[in-house]
Amino acid sequence: MLVYIIRRLLMLIPILLLVSFIAFFVIELPPGDWVTTYVSQLRTSGIQMSDQEAQRLTALYGFDQPTYVRYFKWISGIVTRGDFGWSFQWGKPVGEVIAERLPITLAISLMALVFSWLVAIPIGIYSATHQYSLIDYLATFIGFIGLATPGFLLAMILAWGANQFLGFSALGLYSKEFLDAPWSFAKAMNMLQHMILPLVIIGMASAGSTIRVLRGNLLDELKKQYVVTARAKGMSETRLLLKYPVRLALNPVFSTIGWLLPAIFAGEVLISIVLSVPSIGPLLLRSTLAQDMYLTGSIVLILSALTIFGSLISDIYLAWADPRIRYGGLSK
Amino acid sequence: MNMQTTNNVLVDVQDLKVQFLLHEGTVHALEGVSFQIQQGKTLGVIGESGSGKSVTAQAIMGIIPSPPGKVVGGRVLLNLPEEGASVRVINVTELPPSGAEIRSIRGKEISMIFQEPMTSFSPVHTLGNQIMEAVQLHYPDVSKKEARERAIEMMRRVGIPRAEERIDAYPYQFSGGMRQRAMIAMSLVCNPRMVIADEPTTALDVTIEAQILELLKDLQKEFGMAIMYISHDLTVVGGVADEVMVMYLGLVMEHAATDELFDNPLHPYTEALWRSIPTIDGDIERLTPIRGVLPSPFAVHQGCPFYSRCEKRIEGVCDQSRPPMIEARPQHWVRCFLYTE
Repeated sequence: MLVYIIRRLLMLIPILLLVSFIAFFVIELPPGDWVTTYVSQLRTSGIQMSDQEAQRLTALYGFDQPTYVRYFKWISGIVTRGDFGWSFQWGKPVGEVIAERLPITLAISLMALVFSWLVAIPIGIYSATHQYSLIDYLATFIGFIGLATPGFLLAMILAWGANQFLGFSALGLYSKEFLDAPWSFAKAMNMLQHMILPLVIIGMASAGSTIRVLRGNLLDELKKQYVVTARAKGMSETRLLLKYPVRLALNPVFSTIGWLLPAIFAGEVLISIVLSVPSIGPLLLRSTLAQDMYLTGSIVLILSALTIFGSLISDIYLAWADPRIRYGGLSK
Repeated sequence: MNMQTTNNVLVDVQDLKVQFLLHEGTVHALEGVSFQIQQGKTLGVIGESGSGKSVTAQAIMGIIPSPPGKVVGGRVLLNLPEEGASVRVINVTELPPSGAEIRSIRGKEISMIFQEPMTSFSPVHTLGNQIMEAVQLHYPDVSKKEARERAIEMMRRVGIPRAEERIDAYPYQFSGGMRQRAMIAMSLVCNPRMVIADEPTTALDVTIEAQILELLKDLQKEFGMAIMYISHDLTVVGGVADEVMVMYLGLVMEHAATDELFDNPLHPYTEALWRSIPTIDGDIERLTPIRGVLPSPFAVHQGCPFYSRCEKRIEGVCDQSRPPMIEARPQHWVRCFLYTE
């Protein structure tokens, strides 16, 4: 097992290098750079800027150097100093900009994930064991609604509803009066209240799909012979259910944690924008529009790295959970 | 009907009727099945797919999949001898299928060996875990260590080499034959009074089949359990069973001691079955398949269910009413109008 993990970790190095190269190359693709965008913005707003000044800025930020030189500077900064470069738009290091938003992003994403599991796993199990019952149909209905409704639409409707009927402004992280207030219990409570809506909305979508996946898998597992074998041993139904078929049916749910990792890092972009939640998703969108290339590149790089680490985690989980995979991998 | 009026009867199935209520219609899986199994004896059950062999076994265990399956009539009585001379009589069909009482019988008093050794174990738990579980379910006082020792001992007994190491192996690391041995070990680890073997060798090749049959016979000698051996293979059943019951579409067609049934098959269906298997003593007779096809499982038969395929049918009689079960020869019952007065 340990050998397997170490080997997989070593294999990550070339993949990560390749990914970083692609990330950098992709953000280089749009014509122009941050300076040209900046200069044209200034010019459209009526401020005159000479070509010399523009060239000076280009040289200052190093945009006159060839791509591979800039890539090398950027990547060596990350590897040697953990320095992701400079965010032109925010006027501070990229690392700082991301770090400011990371805690709230992670908190919302992780809580939404746990929320969706807490809702979806019991419902999925119940649905499968009581197939075609009223509650199964209801859960199926809710599951499809959760899957099919775009999150941002739900966000708008619920935010409007909260404001209209509860008199509660669900936008942002705090109510107005707490915006500049120092940390206090009241402020923390206020933040929690504001997090409910994003949690529920983000959680709903993944709960919907988890219910469907779990129900389908469990229905398959319940038909398997080993369930009858266990029943013939005299096991109680609940114990049997949890030990055998549920364990197997949950594998696909937990093994997708890997894919969720980048989503947990970025947060839901559209929902966050609608609800004005300062998470990393909206940051990526805005930095892309502004051609704030090191910020965009760093986020893309981190997302890609998380995707790769995520699949590693999934693989390790599966190897741990399913001996057929574990031993198959080792014998090769 | 009573095979033998002795008090050694362990399982007494009386006029058992089971239906499966499906969207497409009702399947009359068992239409009044009666038989007894004696302690320590082997009953062979023969029949084609859909004859109700497995449903009968499931009914005895109380594990008929429900819905759609439903016991609509009859009883399954278990006579479980207790300390002293008293006998605990249990009617399985009356017990709630997942209740504590029937669960205390399943796996402990009666256990089951299934057809598919490949899929009968959970792929993600070790064999030891699953065998020990049977012990711990029925003997909560037994420590984990002792349960493990019992499992190893039983695995050794069924001929699994290096049992003390193999107990921690996963099912996919075993061959089909070894897996079926593990299955037998699991079914015997609580020392049950009866083992139901539902086509235990169908998925195995012939040499392994012979080994497994030999093993079952040896274990029966050693542990003295009764066996209900379900198969569609006449030669296999003939080799292990004390008496044989032939089933067709949810009815017992013929029931007799094994030698009697093999020497004097009475029912046209049994005769047809005999003609459809090769014999070793060199008769160059052609093998004749049974003509026609098995009727639709949804069909309701007013008369004999074998009527449409029978070569000795009596028109106007066999298709009018169901033939009764009669003792045509001593201790030899057959359900056919050919033997009625």
